[in-house]
Amino acid sequence: MDRPDWAPGDIDLARPSAARVYDYYLGGSHNFAVDRELAEQAIALWPDLPLIMRANRAFLRRAVRFCLDSGIRQFLDLGSGIPTVGNVHEVARAVDPDARVVYVDSDPVAVIHSRAILDGDERTAVVHGDLRDPAAVLSSAEARRLLDPDEPVALLMVAVLHFVPDADDPAGIVSRYAKEMAPGSCLVLSHATHEGQPQHAGPHQRLYARTSTPLRMRSHAEVTALFDGFELVDPGLVLLTQWRPDPTDEPDEHPERFSGYAGVGRKP
Amino acid sequence: MSRPAEGIPEPRHRLGLAALAGRGRETAVGGEDGPCGPDVVGGLAAAWAEAVAGTSYVSMSRSEIEQHLAGLTRQLVTALLAEPFDPTPARQVGAAMVAAHFTGTETLNRTVALLATELPARLGLFRDGCQGPVVERVAAVQGALAAGYAEALRQRTLDEQEAISQAVFVARDQTEQALRASEARFRAVFAEAAIGIGVGDMAGRILEANASLLEMMGYSLEELRQRNVRDFMHPEDAASVWRLYDELVHGQRDHFRVEKRFFRSDGEVIWTHLTVSLIRDDRGHPTYQVAMIEDVTDRHLLQERLRYQALHDPLTGLPNRALFLDRLSRAFETGGRDGRVGLCYLDLDGFKVINDSLGHDVGDQLLVAVGQRLDACVSAPGRLVARIGGDEFIILVERSGSTQDVVVIADHVLAALEAPIRVGEHELAVSASIGLVERPVHGTTPADVMRDADITLYWAKSDGKAKWALFDPERNAREVARFTLSATMPAAIERGEFYLDYQPLVRLSDGQLVGAEALVRWRHPEFGLLAPDRFIGLAEETGQIVPLGRWVLREACRQARLWQDRFGQRAPFISVNLAVRQSRDPSLVADVAKVLAETGVEPGRLQLELTESAVMGTADEPLDALRALSAMGVRIAIDDFGTGYSNLAYLRHLPVHELKIAGSFVEGLRASAADGSHVVDARIVGTLVSLAHALGLGVTAEGVETEAQARRLDDIGCDSGQGWYFARPGPPDQITRLLS
Repeated sequence: MDRPDWAPGDIDLARPSAARVYDYYLGGSHNFAVDRELAEQAIALWPDLPLIMRANRAFLRRAVRFCLDSGIRQFLDLGSGIPTVGNVHEVARAVDPDARVVYVDSDPVAVIHSRAILDGDERTAVVHGDLRDPAAVLSSAEARRLLDPDEPVALLMVAVLHFVPDADDPAGIVSRYAKEMAPGSCLVLSHATHEGQPQHAGPHQRLYARTSTPLRMRSHAEVTALFDGFELVDPGLVLLTQWRPDPTDEPDEHPERFSGYAGVGRKP
Repeated sequence: MSRPAEGIPEPRHRLGLAALAGRGRETAVGGEDGPCGPDVVGGLAAAWAEAVAGTSYVSMSRSEIEQHLAGLTRQLVTALLAEPFDPTPARQVGAAMVAAHFTGTETLNRTVALLATELPARLGLFRDGCQGPVVERVAAVQGALAAGYAEALRQRTLDEQEAISQAVFVARDQTEQALRASEARFRAVFAEAAIGIGVGDMAGRILEANASLLEMMGYSLEELRQRNVRDFMHPEDAASVWRLYDELVHGQRDHFRVEKRFFRSDGEVIWTHLTVSLIRDDRGHPTYQVAMIEDVTDRHLLQERLRYQALHDPLTGLPNRALFLDRLSRAFETGGRDGRVGLCYLDLDGFKVINDSLGHDVGDQLLVAVGQRLDACVSAPGRLVARIGGDEFIILVERSGSTQDVVVIADHVLAALEAPIRVGEHELAVSASIGLVERPVHGTTPADVMRDADITLYWAKSDGKAKWALFDPERNAREVARFTLSATMPAAIERGEFYLDYQPLVRLSDGQLVGAEALVRWRHPEFGLLAPDRFIGLAEETGQIVPLGRWVLREACRQARLWQDRFGQRAPFISVNLAVRQSRDPSLVADVAKVLAETGVEPGRLQLELTESAVMGTADEPLDALRALSAMGVRIAIDDFGTGYSNLAYLRHLPVHELKIAGSFVEGLRASAADGSHVVDARIVGTLVSLAHALGLGVTAEGVETEAQARRLDDIGCDSGQGWYFARPGPPDQITRLLS
């Protein structure tokens, strides 16, 4: 069928996009006035946000390295967003040039941009899809081409499940991916939380309700539950900067500023 | 970028160069402990990393950042100390920072500050007191770095904006392509659909119509666009159609579906299935209406024709039985307590003869003509003429006032049929018989009136044709009873509901009992004890007389055998009546022989009584049977002699042994008759007796009621008598007692 990857009407530049807002937090310019306006409003409410975003991105880098150290050479990055500095394939290639990465996002602009950046790279691919439909993602031509189901894979759900409401059963989604993953595979997960910064969480969630991807923050227990079927590696589910910091990093005196939980689980 | 940075004065440049050159000779640049040595560079890089920590997002760990900045520091130191001095490489350092994503503004701020303080301090450039040239060089390096940084950041920003815009453009383009493809598909569906589709605005103006709709309506698109939906109102549209339409255009309903007629541009009417849907905008306001119209004219006409055919007689075009029954039921449903209904059930007399002699074509044309006459003289609101099969017609009077109404109609119909009907070259005189039923609908049913009309028509026929008969409930009740009797007779024989009484036959000369006549009775469970006149005629009509007669014969013979065994030669003969139909039953002789054999009764002790008509003027077969019975030794008696038209001359040739003189002659022999008729009757009886004796026949007088009658009959020479004077019919015991 010649059905387009996305339904017409997806591209509404009058609405901010979470992917482009995130890019702005990281200092990128892959964004528009409406994205920047939202980001600035968010920062006004919660000045630490850029820090949190950078900490999240840093967690991604450390977690990918951890997976590489564990012998994993294929990555499935769900909700990959706008390719900006420190993409998964860049981090992975620094260790092994043969590492394979499949990016998945539902934002058509992010997908097109990713494809432009990765054009000609045989070991990366971008799927325009909805991470809430594991069957569709896993059966996509790109995933089947690059991911070997018999080999361990790193499933990256970094700062993305807080965009999945309870009604869509995030734990069920994770378990449907997990079912298809070989033993030794890893789940890399970070998730926004209201714990620690309750005064910011409410207004922030309301602000994100204006985007095409509203926000649902979750507690430590709720995020831990998402790791059902995985064994959390040390140090477990912790605040973003506390997850295996680089040895040379200065100890953070106020990790609670980073209102996100991070963890890596290994499938036995 | 080899040219010197602008704005730095040459003389100052040279001054500083000399001072630095002096230091350069003391400490080799790039040596172990020189200004570019690992200690100095490492220290500077660590301070730099410390200064910019957290100001930008870079995809590096802290040690990787220090490593990266160490490389940049080395470039800066080299540029600062180079002779001749050229700050240009610092531009590349600024660009490299941006490349590593040190893009935060605070990063540049701290870097520039660090270059002003830490760089010269750690290189020990302030020790000699020649700060002037050093400050100038440092400022030049800062400026070059900032310029390179700004240029790279500007380029990066533009590139990224370009990239994201390009992505949006491509994404939109793809979306548009998809939209166009999808739109093309939908347009194809619209344009090519076999069903008519039209789009109108909320005021009813027609905006779009597909080819099917244009063809269906016979208009061009331009013509249609000048019209309003309401122009397509048809005078026979159901009121609901336009009520639904109004609800739709007022947003009170989202779609409706109706069957509707349209006028085509050429005035022809088409029948359609119309579905109209409301299209709302994003905010839910009614915006368009879409009509989907399917031409079902052919289907509709076919349906109409089928319905007409289902309810009309194809030959005469009159309503058929189905439509008539439907209207009759409706008359009952709407009749209420006081409504009345009338039926004239009509059947042509002698139609079969016409059909058989002149052919079915003539018969059919006759039926058509009759149908037309009936229709002409009867049909009116509330009256329905239907042909319900063959030559049967029925007239329904839906709200009759009284019985007189149907009588008037029936007279009308009979009069209308009086004039001969011309079919081809034949002038056919027809008449009809009509059964009339007229009554209140309350307390009866359509099935009841139909059945009663059918019965009444039969009465009219059997009463003589070309007339009407009115339903008579009493006559009907009698017939029903007769019917019930005939229907239950076979089972009654089996159940033993019949029994026999016996009436003595007495020799007049000495009063001796010589015989007994068996008389059948029916002890009916519902109607009680029934005499033979209630059921024998009926049994003759239905043929039940044969099995019944057989039963009577066997039962009588069984009794005769009992008497024979008990009384020997004194035992009476038994006399059994034989109906006309029995006498013609081919198995009569065999039946009698079989019964005699089974019961062991001597044939001479059985007498069969037949009426004159059964014996006289009949074909040969019954006569043969009688001769055979006679030859067997069975006695044959003629019952009720003198009441028929007996051929006396013929009598001598018949196998008859006894004449039974009808009671009507015997009645005249009563002593007290004043008018002298008894004298005449006595002579007749005397003549009959003489005649019988002359032919060698015995004579029995029936209906003897008095002693005087008995004496006179004896005087006349009559052999035997039977009647109440001697004994009434009774159970066999009565005979037994008389003989004992």
